[in-house]
Amino acid sequence: MNAPALVVRGVEKRFGATRALAGVDLAVRAGEVHAVLGENGAGKSTLMGVLAGLYRPDAGVLELGGAAFAPRAPGEARLRGVALVPQEPALCPDLSVAENIVLGVEPVRLGLVRRAERRARAVRALAAVGAGLDPDARAGTLSPPERALVGIARALAVEPLSLVILDEPTSTLAAAEVEELFLAVARLRARGLAVLYVSHFLEEVARIADSFTVLREGRSVAHGAMAETSLDAVVEHMLGRRLERAEAAAEARVPGEIVLRVLGLAGARLPRSASLELRRGEVLGVTGLVGSGRTELLRAVFGLDAVRRGAVKVAAFGSGRARDGAREERALRGTAPWRRLLAGIGMASEDRQHEGLAGQMSVRDNLTLTRLEPFRRFGLLSDGRQRAAARRFMERLAIRASGPDAPVASLSGGNQQKVALARLLHHEADVLLLDEPTRGIDLGSREAIYALVGELARRGKSIVWVSSQLGEVLRVCDRVCVMRRGVLGAARAARELDEHALLLEAAT
Amino acid sequence: MSAARAVGQALVRVTRRPWFGPLVALLVVYAFFAALKPETFLRGMILETMASQVVVVAIAAVGMTLVIVEGGIDLSVGSTVALVTVVVARALVAGAGPGVAVLVGIATGLACGALNGGLIAGLGVSPFIATLGTMSALRGLAKGLAHEQKIDAPAQGLDELMALAPRGSPWLVSPGVWIAGALALAGAVLLGRTRFGRHVVAVGSNARTARLCGISVGRVTVATYALAGALAGVAGVMEFGKLTVGDPTDAPGLELDVIAAVVIGGGSLSGGQGSVAGSLIGAALMTVLKNGSMHLGVANWVQQILTGAIIVAAAALDRYRQKRAGALS
Repeated sequence: MNAPALVVRGVEKRFGATRALAGVDLAVRAGEVHAVLGENGAGKSTLMGVLAGLYRPDAGVLELGGAAFAPRAPGEARLRGVALVPQEPALCPDLSVAENIVLGVEPVRLGLVRRAERRARAVRALAAVGAGLDPDARAGTLSPPERALVGIARALAVEPLSLVILDEPTSTLAAAEVEELFLAVARLRARGLAVLYVSHFLEEVARIADSFTVLREGRSVAHGAMAETSLDAVVEHMLGRRLERAEAAAEARVPGEIVLRVLGLAGARLPRSASLELRRGEVLGVTGLVGSGRTELLRAVFGLDAVRRGAVKVAAFGSGRARDGAREERALRGTAPWRRLLAGIGMASEDRQHEGLAGQMSVRDNLTLTRLEPFRRFGLLSDGRQRAAARRFMERLAIRASGPDAPVASLSGGNQQKVALARLLHHEADVLLLDEPTRGIDLGSREAIYALVGELARRGKSIVWVSSQLGEVLRVCDRVCVMRRGVLGAARAARELDEHALLLEAAT
Repeated sequence: MSAARAVGQALVRVTRRPWFGPLVALLVVYAFFAALKPETFLRGMILETMASQVVVVAIAAVGMTLVIVEGGIDLSVGSTVALVTVVVARALVAGAGPGVAVLVGIATGLACGALNGGLIAGLGVSPFIATLGTMSALRGLAKGLAHEQKIDAPAQGLDELMALAPRGSPWLVSPGVWIAGALALAGAVLLGRTRFGRHVVAVGSNARTARLCGISVGRVTVATYALAGALAGVAGVMEFGKLTVGDPTDAPGLELDVIAAVVIGGGSLSGGQGSVAGSLIGAALMTVLKNGSMHLGVANWVQQILTGAIIVAAAALDRYRQKRAGALS
């Protein structure tokens, strides 16, 4: 058996009053994929930060390849052969793919970058992750999964390499791209590298990892070989309790009249043609591969992107709702999200960090931004009322934050997503467009969101649920339709479908 | 006991305010000069003088705070002020009463601001470039209107705006100082306590999120610049009160003083951060430094180096505080 490539013993780290790591032990061998599991807020990101030299631990020791390892800066960790691939790799949008890959380690001769060498290295690194991208393309033009692959390629561009840390590498990838990523990880393992793999997707971890460590509240609470444990046991360690699965309650819902109709909608590029009908009290799933046009469909419906052809019609909500039994229907035009919000349509973006939330602003401001009117008194906003409203939603959705004034960026991913959803609830939107609402969030929050959406549908809200997770779509939605190359298929009852059928429809 | 604790908590909260650091710096600098020149700096006269000096920059800084929090910048403030002095002077020469002249001056500023906002929101030109353009164009317009010379005008009582209060007057300081104070208060309430203010912060903090939340980014932008322009108009009226002539070459580089005041006061050029109180403290700090240096006989070049150092130090300190506050999860 190989000697451990990385040993972590008793590592602690504190940020102000927050104890992010309270004693972590783990060991990874060369040629092994080691999964680090835990809910958001368990300390995974902090631990990765310590290993990558972003943070210096307050206590504990690290050993790399048998020698003491105490990186003081990311560059130092990189030189020792530790490569971190962050969850959402920040690329410089104005640089090319190749320039991004060698950023900071450019091959230089006489002060000038050797362009052929740069390109060759980029091509090699891209090949190592199995990405067939143009190295000269501008990074700003890439899709999220392409960005993720470039992020990994960047980590691999430095030699020698001994430890690769992948932080939620598949959270932005579709099923087919996950397979490519697994091939890339398998290649790393075959090269004799140690791989730390952080993920929320347990099924993935079970497939790719050899061993695991579970973190809970900043401590390592369980270690073991993946083959000798069950997923249920791992989940229990992660939660510290038994997971109570909220079973789908789709059968208890009886959808009502049509509230939203999309007729032959085409965007500037995507979607090419999409038609759907959404009923009151219904959860309609839209799935498909990344890049198939699901997000673009929601953006066009919400008026964020231009519409080339087709129509969006919405039943009149609010005071004018169904007067004398007559159903009013209005066509929505233009690219003005504020008009959609007035019409009772709300949207939660898939991109929480850059679009969904304003990071520096407080939880209460983010939560109430679309509807500040209730807090106005003589034209001025009442902080107290706004805080009280935010507190109500924080309680109802169990949002963990130091208070309504905490900057939303200080929350974990799951809690941020709850804030984004709470905004739609505060707005009292009748139609909720949710784009990948459970991406990159922990199991507990995911279950809470499933339960919340079920409850909303029972109370007469209508939801469009866009997701790559087929199991999730089948569990949460009443009906499901598949987007394929910009064309939306017909909706079918979820109970008549299975994952196999959906995947086949999406990928062929 | 609980009252004492409440006071203690309130004090702690004050120390966390973004303008707390600049305020401490202001007090320290003032104390320094007071220790070296007590006969000047421990008398009310100097305060009144400095308050009058800071009026123009302070009023323009209220508008600049809005613009910078919104994520923009306005380089055309100095040119707007010069144009307004010319417009006010011409209005008075043409026989308008002081009230009409003031309104025309403020309307001119508003129009300049609306033009800036329109260029930025309508044409998608970056704020730096758009206002760099209007900085030059408005200066040219001012010179054209004035036929390239100063315009002498009957002051019609507008000089009273900036006149020091007579000895023993219950007003203590000139009307301009009171007006600046009132506008600053209004600006702070607007930014901190109104729906529009939250929208300004939201656009500056993350324009994409703001749009997703149904905020019309274009309207907020135009309104913000128009408001800043109107405030520059008021500043221009005050400047006219000080000069009592319309001077198209007046206030060169004023925009940089105004931006410096906002930045010293905790404003971030990437948007989303800044406060009216901080900007006023920043403006006051620069004025104290100017007066202190003058009274100590420090050369102007030393004073300029000091001002530059304070601007950079303020921004660096702010970065440091944010980094410490933001290192979580």
